Amino acid sequence: MKSEYKIITDIIEANTRVLDVGCDDGTLMEFLKKNKNVDIRGIEISKEKVQTCISKGLTVIEGNAELDLKQFPNDSFDYVVLGQTLQAFINPEIVIKELLRVGKKAIVTIPNFGHWKVRINLLTKGTMPVTKTLPNDWYNTPNLHMCTIKDFVSFSKIIDFKIFKSLALINKNVSTINNSNLFFKNLFAELGIFLIEK
Amino acid sequence: MNIKENIKTLIIKKPLKLDCGQTISNFPLAYETYGSLNNNKDNAILVFHALTGDQFVAGLNPITNKDGWWSFVVGPNKSIDTNKYFVICANVIGGCMGSFGPSYENPKTKKIYGTDFPVITINDMVNAQVNLLDHFGIKKLFSVTGGSMGGMQVLQFVSNFPDKTKTAVPIACTSSHSAQNIAFNELGRQAIAADHNWLDGKYTSKNTVPDKGLAVARMAAHITYLSKKSLQEKFGRKLQKRDNLKFGFDADFQIESYLRYQGSVFVDRFDANSYLYITRAMDYFDLVKQFDGNLSNAFKNTKAKFFIISFTSDWLYPTQENKDIVIALNAIGANVGFVEIESDKGHDSFLLDVPDFLKALKNFLDKSYTEQ
Repeated sequence: MKSEYKIITDIIEANTRVLDVGCDDGTLMEFLKKNKNVDIRGIEISKEKVQTCISKGLTVIEGNAELDLKQFPNDSFDYVVLGQTLQAFINPEIVIKELLRVGKKAIVTIPNFGHWKVRINLLTKGTMPVTKTLPNDWYNTPNLHMCTIKDFVSFSKIIDFKIFKSLALINKNVSTINNSNLFFKNLFAELGIFLIEK
Repeated sequence: MNIKENIKTLIIKKPLKLDCGQTISNFPLAYETYGSLNNNKDNAILVFHALTGDQFVAGLNPITNKDGWWSFVVGPNKSIDTNKYFVICANVIGGCMGSFGPSYENPKTKKIYGTDFPVITINDMVNAQVNLLDHFGIKKLFSVTGGSMGGMQVLQFVSNFPDKTKTAVPIACTSSHSAQNIAFNELGRQAIAADHNWLDGKYTSKNTVPDKGLAVARMAAHITYLSKKSLQEKFGRKLQKRDNLKFGFDADFQIESYLRYQGSVFVDRFDANSYLYITRAMDYFDLVKQFDGNLSNAFKNTKAKFFIISFTSDWLYPTQENKDIVIALNAIGANVGFVEIESDKGHDSFLLDVPDFLKALKNFLDKSYTEQ
């Protein structure tokens, strides 16, 4: 089980309605169902992964978050989860707004482009960074809009949403991000996990 | 042909008010079952057939001596596993495999109904079939499913009887027949009407059948069930048992020969008037309009778990029309899953050996069954 999933599960209250956007093979959905007894739905773009979810008895809709979130009414879920895919959308601003329209709260995780290894990689090699969390080359990466933890915090001010909880994942350890440690967390965290609200 | 002896029939005594205004009662509904009903009576699946289907879903069809129309899907260890589930399928009213239809004799006139048979709708079909639940003492079905017109019946059934099924799997269908759908059906009906043997539907009394018209109707419809790609791959411009074009109007091309064959075998098992009635029922189907433009309202009273399946190459009931149903269900927070299956085989995919489809259906049913 990914540490990321455990952190997300800790944030989500039991017996709520949850939508997992880009639910992949349904691992997080199953975990949440078992541990928090949530009523959970998923959206997934890959047909193969939708099949895996069906074989696990999960309710999943094949679809694209950028086009298919529209069909859900306002506040239809208590939480909408978006795990490590914000950077892959054509328009992350619209996606964030849609998450917060459909869900009362959203949990967004981002692979941190501000991590020191990424920075060193670019500084020393002069090529686009390839790391464990960012394994693709520039020409075949699905990531269109990479951002850092700091970028995401600024983004909240630009498009006006509230960050209720900011967590950093550093070597499988979780810590809280605040204004005074932002510089360091942005340098050392592989992943940022944010609980946000309109 | 004396088909009756191989056909199970339930006589429905309860009057049924049809959408056209007429009321029918004491009418026969032909059905078939597969597998066995368990003691809790909670393992029943009601399967609805498509336009030219019948109650013989699986195994050998005793009338045609061919495999049942959903043999790839229904049977021991198959997607709808008859070792586990009790499968019921009825011939729709208006049909010609033993259920009340235009080839029945009108008790008042002692003549075959023909086009005096009342126009029936998808709504009438499911209202007739729900009587099977009482017959078997089933309070709640485990599932209702079907493809194409069968899928339309699934939607109508859940809308009419929101508490009578735990799950619903409409496949390759629509909530409202499109202009293109109606156009193709009208082409078929006009082909039948243009056959001089049709005689305004009174052909049986004159001991004749409009088989040419019905065959053309089937040929035209058959094209809509396939994709351009599958036709091209299967037939291309291949010639039929000849090396050169014959400069005439014989079936030079294999595709011509294939369609002619499809038409000719169809007329042996299907009644032309039934074809008119059932296509009309499909054309009249508009669940959106029935609920004043808001499809969500059709499902607002149901807690059934839905699973909707479409196929990439189906241009008769394309993915978007299936997705509209998903959208309507999501708008009311219903429990709905959806997958579009990759297949080159067109609308017919739901009847064929398409492994991803068979797998998805099996997994959905089996997982939902263990969870109940």
